Amino acid sequence: MPNVGIVLISHSLKVVEGIQEIIQQAVLNVPIEIAGGTDDNKIGTSVQKIINAIVKAYSEKGVLLFYDLGSAKMNAELAIELYGYENVKVVNAPLLEGAYVAAVESSIGKSLEEIEQTTQTITKDS
Amino acid sequence: MKLDVQQVLNWLEKTNEKIQMNKEYLTSLDRAIGDGDHGINMSRGFQEAIDKTTTTTYISVSDVLKDVAMTLISKVGGASGPLYGTAFLKMSMVVKNRELIDKKTLENALESALEGILQRGKAQLNDKTLVDVWTPVVDLLKAKEVIKGSELEEVAKNAMESTKERMAKKGRAAYLKERSIGHLDPGSVSSYYLFASLAEVLSEEE
Ligand SMILES: [Mg+2]
Repeated sequence: MPNVGIVLISHSLKVVEGIQEIIQQAVLNVPIEIAGGTDDNKIGTSVQKIINAIVKAYSEKGVLLFYDLGSAKMNAELAIELYGYENVKVVNAPLLEGAYVAAVESSIGKSLEEIEQTTQTITKDS
Repeated sequence: MKLDVQQVLNWLEKTNEKIQMNKEYLTSLDRAIGDGDHGINMSRGFQEAIDKTTTTTYISVSDVLKDVAMTLISKVGGASGPLYGTAFLKMSMVVKNRELIDKKTLENALESALEGILQRGKAQLNDKTLVDVWTPVVDLLKAKEVIKGSELEEVAKNAMESTKERMAKKGRAAYLKERSIGHLDPGSVSSYYLFASLAEVLSEEE
């Protein structure tokens, strides 16, 4: 049984590459995919990159998307709508801390709903 | 009034001309209270959209608007991509299966586009976003039986100018709180170009 996938979305490719590295040092059995920067790797986000990352992270357990700033969220929601994905959700939690906690929970087999619940209360101290 | 494929293309080309001409201006507005990418994003997005529409043959207005939507969604990396992209996508859905856009259809299309913008951006009226221009424009269309180009231009311009005195509650500018007052909202200015161009197309018909 695969685990819930995680997609990291940022205006900067370097930001999500760094966060992916941090998470993968601790969590090995969870798909962590990234969508950073625009199609030409400038500052911004790309619907196509987000869709590609979802496809790579996808399993029947679903995918959670974490984002950094406003327009990243809009593009994440557009990606889900344009492709009509089931089981793919945008999470309103801090990008690094949220994705880290979600990855740990996913690695111990928690469901999409359970992880979403946990991430809703994340602060720096949790 | 009636808008056919050629008139919708004219509308888009006029909008693109204004955006290209004011690329630096839009960027300077966004640099004052945002991240300074609005001019670059809008000029790239609309130029790509025009490149697409001028090299395609259309029989329906819906397909024109859909191509613009998909181009903006895929080519604009900032907030204006998903917002304008959603607006054009909603318009294309409302005018589906119609060869012409009459006044009532235009009203419905713009209203649906505004709903899409609100749902996508989660902004409210007076948050100092493009919603502040789209809302009075939609209200004008709903209030009038006949729509005149000059009226449309005036309402859009006043609405755009009124964003200057407001405090931003959405987008990057919201982080500045009171310091956002005294600057025009860049998205409202680009929306003004869109409606001023539509007004020109309507006036040519009057
Ligand atoms: Mg910007």
